[in-house]
Amino acid sequence: MRPPAGIYVHLPFCQRHCFYCSFPVSAGRRPAARQRYWSLLLREIDLWAAWWHGENSVATDLGLPCPGWAEGRGQEGEGFVSLYLGGGTPTLYSGEELAGLIQTIRRLLPVEATAEIAVEANPGTVTRPQLQQLVAAGVNRLSLGVQARQDDLLARLGRGHTSAQTEAAVEVAREAGVPSLNLDLMFGLPGQSLAQWEETLRWAVALRPDHLSCYSLIVEEETPLAGWLASGRLPPLPSEDEGLAQYELARQLLGEAGYVQYEISNFARPGQESRHNLLYWHYDNWLAFGVGAAAHWDSFRWRNLSDLLGYEAAMAAGQFPLAEVRPLTRHEQMEEMVLMGLRLREGVGEEEFRRRFGCSLHQVFGTALDRLETGGFVQWRPGGRLALTDKGLPVGNQVFTEFLLD
Amino acid sequence: MDNIRNFCIIAHVDHGKSTLADRLIERTGTLSAREMTDQVLDQMDLERERGITIKMQAVRLHYVAADRREYILNLIDTPGHVDFSYEVSRSLAACEGALLVVDATQGIEAQTVAHYHLAIEHGLTIIPVINKIDLPSADPQRVRQELGDVLGLPGDEALLVSAKTGQGTDQVLEAIVQRIPPPQGLPNRPLRALVFDSHFDSYRGVVAYVRVIDGCLRAGERVRLMRSGKEYEVSEVDIFQPALRPVPQLQAGEVGSFSAQIRNLQDVRVGETVTTVNNPAAAPLPGYEPAKPMVYCGLYPVDNEQYGDLREALEKLQLNDAALIFEPETSAALGFGFRCGFLGLLHMEIVQERLEREYGLNLIATAPSVVYHVLKTNGDLVQVDNPAAFPPATEIEAIEEPYVQARIITPNEYVGPIMELCQQRRGEYQSLEYVSAGRALLTYLLPLSEILLDFFDKLKSKSRGYASLDYRYSGHRPADLVKLDILLNGKPVDALCAIVHRDEAATRGRQLAERLKEVIPRQLFEVPIQAAIGSRVVARETVRALRKDVLAKCYGGDISRKKKLLERQKEGKKRMKRLGSVDVPQEAFLAVLKLEDR
Repeated sequence: MRPPAGIYVHLPFCQRHCFYCSFPVSAGRRPAARQRYWSLLLREIDLWAAWWHGENSVATDLGLPCPGWAEGRGQEGEGFVSLYLGGGTPTLYSGEELAGLIQTIRRLLPVEATAEIAVEANPGTVTRPQLQQLVAAGVNRLSLGVQARQDDLLARLGRGHTSAQTEAAVEVAREAGVPSLNLDLMFGLPGQSLAQWEETLRWAVALRPDHLSCYSLIVEEETPLAGWLASGRLPPLPSEDEGLAQYELARQLLGEAGYVQYEISNFARPGQESRHNLLYWHYDNWLAFGVGAAAHWDSFRWRNLSDLLGYEAAMAAGQFPLAEVRPLTRHEQMEEMVLMGLRLREGVGEEEFRRRFGCSLHQVFGTALDRLETGGFVQWRPGGRLALTDKGLPVGNQVFTEFLLD
Repeated sequence: MDNIRNFCIIAHVDHGKSTLADRLIERTGTLSAREMTDQVLDQMDLERERGITIKMQAVRLHYVAADRREYILNLIDTPGHVDFSYEVSRSLAACEGALLVVDATQGIEAQTVAHYHLAIEHGLTIIPVINKIDLPSADPQRVRQELGDVLGLPGDEALLVSAKTGQGTDQVLEAIVQRIPPPQGLPNRPLRALVFDSHFDSYRGVVAYVRVIDGCLRAGERVRLMRSGKEYEVSEVDIFQPALRPVPQLQAGEVGSFSAQIRNLQDVRVGETVTTVNNPAAAPLPGYEPAKPMVYCGLYPVDNEQYGDLREALEKLQLNDAALIFEPETSAALGFGFRCGFLGLLHMEIVQERLEREYGLNLIATAPSVVYHVLKTNGDLVQVDNPAAFPPATEIEAIEEPYVQARIITPNEYVGPIMELCQQRRGEYQSLEYVSAGRALLTYLLPLSEILLDFFDKLKSKSRGYASLDYRYSGHRPADLVKLDILLNGKPVDALCAIVHRDEAATRGRQLAERLKEVIPRQLFEVPIQAAIGSRVVARETVRALRKDVLAKCYGGDISRKKKLLERQKEGKKRMKRLGSVDVPQEAFLAVLKLEDR
């Protein structure tokens, strides 16, 4: 049986560059550049569709795997279960452009009728007609980059919106009939107090989203934020204990409000979990289109070129815009399945692991597993699933590191 | 033989010994200006960088004196640092005279006195040389006074030179010819040559440096080493130019080297007497005591795979450093390594640095230890050079530790603070003399272990850099010592234990535990640190468990990015040693060295 598969599409344009961002993003308002990219993307989709249908001999020369499900092609239940337009700020594109993109993908590749089709957006970039067009094109989930309630904190992050714009965007989404709404929030921000975080959480809950993601700010090297924190231009980050308190507060408040934590940083009303992100955490398959996008397919990972010029040159030459294709060893796949699976509260299934690799988790990770189980950081849950405990959750990185094989 | 003079230069460190040697070599035309580099005799990079001489060298100079006769001057260079006084005494035995160099701006220092006494013990003629007279702060008159008052030398006979500018070089050469007696050997007696040093050359084998006392050493002749009894055919006889230059023979009184395809340095010990097989001498020359290591430490490769490389490197270093000894050692904490013995701390540092720099090794060194004499309750007397190997307290009847006699010369105003320092370090006052109006010579008996860690640094800081130190082993004395164990997570760590005085044990334990708390990173598990004497815990600290370290960020499907972060974290862990469930960084093993002021 094949693992389920999804498609990620990267739309790298933003109105401005957030101070903490290290994603392949291109800031600027020139619509011409966006439109140009849009047409390049359609060419790339053509290439992958040919690969998919086994028509592209170049793909094997590049070391790409064979899609491997030719016999199941087109059958019900064997197509892509999710399509995710991420960025960047995809909603800088018009409703027609995004709908056109979705239609092209559906025409060339088998996307299930029941598939989750999600679009990321930032407050201040969405309009009702635009969202209506998306819903008409099959989009059933919108993910808004809200981050915080306090406008001064938003300004500190270089976000281009206000909390009033967030409220307006939620309202517009409702009016447009978006079936499922996610809000992204951030904690661990420079100078952010526990009280401010509580205010953000309560306010977000009151907006009644179906799903909430609470991400802890990661200060990436060579971002403006990193420099300003180092120079003292920004107030310091919350301490370890304060950060922990913020995390625990989110778990508590969202739990009380009826959201179930199903992953380290994700909370959903029952049935509203992100289908697309679950593909990552279940270590299933996903294709990835667009600049800098990263894919995983069976025993391969690959990544596209992350600069626009390189991407454009590859497309002009009719070549796959690949930066790296990496065949994975058995050990790497085992590690990755566990690293991803442990992020889920339900953990990683012994049965799934055994089905994929023909051996038990304990055979591969025995020493680390025993040490961590004794220490109370992981536990076996009913149904034979290995999961982080509440104690292991906040120190996940340390726990994961133990599962890296040599 | 009348035209031969064998001499050395002795001086306190930095008083200009190597620079003066350079001037003599240059003035006699032994090397052309093109061949001259600063400190010609210091061949090792480390020597030039640190401005010190570690390994002695020798050179033959040809000099036409004022009396129009040509003389052969054999200059034997000596190391200037206290650790190497053993090498100094070896070179003294090959000479009849010594230039005693004193810095005109500083005057007599501790090693000036120490070297002077060594030279007198060897019966050498001393020529006092006051150097650096070109400097504005030079005070030759005061130095002359000190030479008379402290060493009983006729100060007015001291030569005034500037090795830097070359001023006075001719007078030095004339004084060597006129004041130092020619060698007294008997050319017609059977060969007796004293081996005073050696080095290993991959083509020639061992190159033994010799001073011929009687007879003649010829290439092609069979020789016997009188102590080891081994016989060899001499393949080459050389003089130092300063590079080796073959000559047919070395006569009585001459200094040079020979090689005989000897592959093992141990076969030609320093202090050996060489004679001929055909016409052997009746008795060997008096030899030297072999150098005894005073300081030991464990050296371990950070990466266990480098164990074989470390052994090879130590073997190679030993070829040119007879004072370095090592044997395999195993530590529960650090794995496989070597217990190494050194002449002193500087020697230890230099060996470590050469291993890392010249052989590309990444090492963990345990804290240095002296050699203890332990009398056990069952009557056995054992020598212990590793705190981890100390017998349990219940089996110890008595312990002795090595003491040194330390001479410290300092400006008067620092005498108080320095005496306080010596007192703190369990020193026993011996005497206080005045070197000149403003400077004093303090003599103390001190436990060597108290000097090992940071005594010299402290001495320098208490005297604003002015005090100088020299010390000599003066025997073992009874001491009330205990073993301080360090426990991580309840388990003793062999590489962290220390031998300390009972009165200081609790304080040291506390300092060590505090320091370890700083260097051991927080991890998944809480790490209790305890310092204990036997079963009594004297200090307790805890490294709190890490509370939050989780990547709550969505990187989309980019697994490689997530993994890179984790892998970086794992790399950091790999550089640490995992003891039980505790990851301990390398710095922890040096923590004992870096304790704050007591």
